[in-house]
Amino acid sequence: MSSTVTPQTLRKTVLNATHRALGAKMVDFGGWDMPVQYSGLIAEHMAVRTSVGLFDVSHMGDIQLRGPGSLAAVQRLCMNDASKLAVGQAQYSAMLTPKGTFVDDVIVHKLSDNDYLIVINAGTREKDVAWVRSQIGSMPGIHISDYSDLYTQLAIQGPKAAETLAKLTDTDLSTIKNYWFTFGKVCGLYNVMIARTGYTGEDGFEIYIPSDEPTSARVWNEILNAGAEFGILPCGLGARNTLRLESAMALYGHEISDTINVFEANLGRYAKLDLAAKGDFVGRDALVAVEAAGGPKRRLVGLEMIERGIGRDGYPVFTVEGERIGEITSGSPAPFLKKNIALAYVPVRYAVIDEVVAVEIRGQLVKAKVVATPFYKRPRK
Amino acid sequence: MPYPTDYKYTKEHEWISVAGAVGTVGITDYAQGSLGDIVFVELPKVGDTLEAGKIFGSVESVKAVSDLYSPVSGTVTAINEVLRDKPEKVNEDANTTWMLKLEIANPAELETLLSAAEYEAFIAEETEH
Repeated sequence: MSSTVTPQTLRKTVLNATHRALGAKMVDFGGWDMPVQYSGLIAEHMAVRTSVGLFDVSHMGDIQLRGPGSLAAVQRLCMNDASKLAVGQAQYSAMLTPKGTFVDDVIVHKLSDNDYLIVINAGTREKDVAWVRSQIGSMPGIHISDYSDLYTQLAIQGPKAAETLAKLTDTDLSTIKNYWFTFGKVCGLYNVMIARTGYTGEDGFEIYIPSDEPTSARVWNEILNAGAEFGILPCGLGARNTLRLESAMALYGHEISDTINVFEANLGRYAKLDLAAKGDFVGRDALVAVEAAGGPKRRLVGLEMIERGIGRDGYPVFTVEGERIGEITSGSPAPFLKKNIALAYVPVRYAVIDEVVAVEIRGQLVKAKVVATPFYKRPRK
Repeated sequence: MPYPTDYKYTKEHEWISVAGAVGTVGITDYAQGSLGDIVFVELPKVGDTLEAGKIFGSVESVKAVSDLYSPVSGTVTAINEVLRDKPEKVNEDANTTWMLKLEIANPAELETLLSAAEYEAFIAEETEH
């Protein structure tokens, strides 16, 4: 059983005391003292799939790029084409190393013509900020600000997320499409960024409020009260992980890292290699070379265990004949699907739907098959 | 949840309750709480021989897998079949949701186990670290 961490050495969001008062079990997540669960991982996971859940994701970082050179800087820094963004629109993207591997995956928000907000992962915050400065710091007409500690970021996720948040804002949420955002009044606070984004595979919103403790705690509690009639639950990182895994979304340090390239991770559709349309960016040459060489040699696949057993992070993957071919990057029981699922890297010749492989689980080879991802897709209205 | 004073405990968070020569084994409330939602309990078969302090099975939650250690040596006489379909029973009531029963081979081994008070002191110390 894991030992308890010493909170003094860890960073805290301003809602730390709120989480503890709710009885959350806290863990060290990338140097942050974060709630892993409150009432129970499965209940929290199901609340998001069937109704609504609330997450504190303030540990995520926020880098703002402003100035007449900001679009050029974003284009240089990130693999997706930010010139396609309208004001109020966001896109999934990534910052790459020159090898075409990941510095981090990000969401780029276009705040105005010369103003972009890049939301980055918690565990990579300092590295990301340093990377941004090193790559684009000397470009003209660009001002870089690290606003990571200025916002409390809350995620309201699930089919009842819109109804919950609607009680607390005069903004017409139905006008915000998926991966768009606006600014509006929330819980009496003016100019709150409300984005229809998330990391659960459900409909939902992420809001960015000032990171002072009384305001953050008040908004947190008002959201819980607004969602009470729907059975809203505060949700920890445990449910966040199983929700994103069912939706086959990448997690830095697992499915993506600086040793895994974009095509291996099946994220090539977000890398815009057309030089005329998008221009050059860090990592582009390496991706062009991977494509020219006939594509990646290994790929991320979804696995579903077909024999009894749970494949977990780091477990090796074998052929049924017993040849070691890869490794699970994330694996867990899937609370909504009620199957044991995993994401794993395997050579491309095994990256075929229904291919049967084996996962070594505590010394035993247990059969699994390659399945289509995402494992879970939310029903569209 | 209080730890029954008529049980004995291991530092690996199993309990054993003894009636005559038969021991009934489960995991503690602290163990179920640390694991979170339990989804799978792997147990030995009736007739298997267990050795004190050795792994006899495992318990898996959504988050983690943890080995089960036998408090004493003996021969398995019964398995709690309910756990095959309802492993979450362990979360609901760890004190009464037993995993297996065994014929105790060497009753002297029971003396090496912790009392309820000793176990509570042990987990209080473990939680502090």
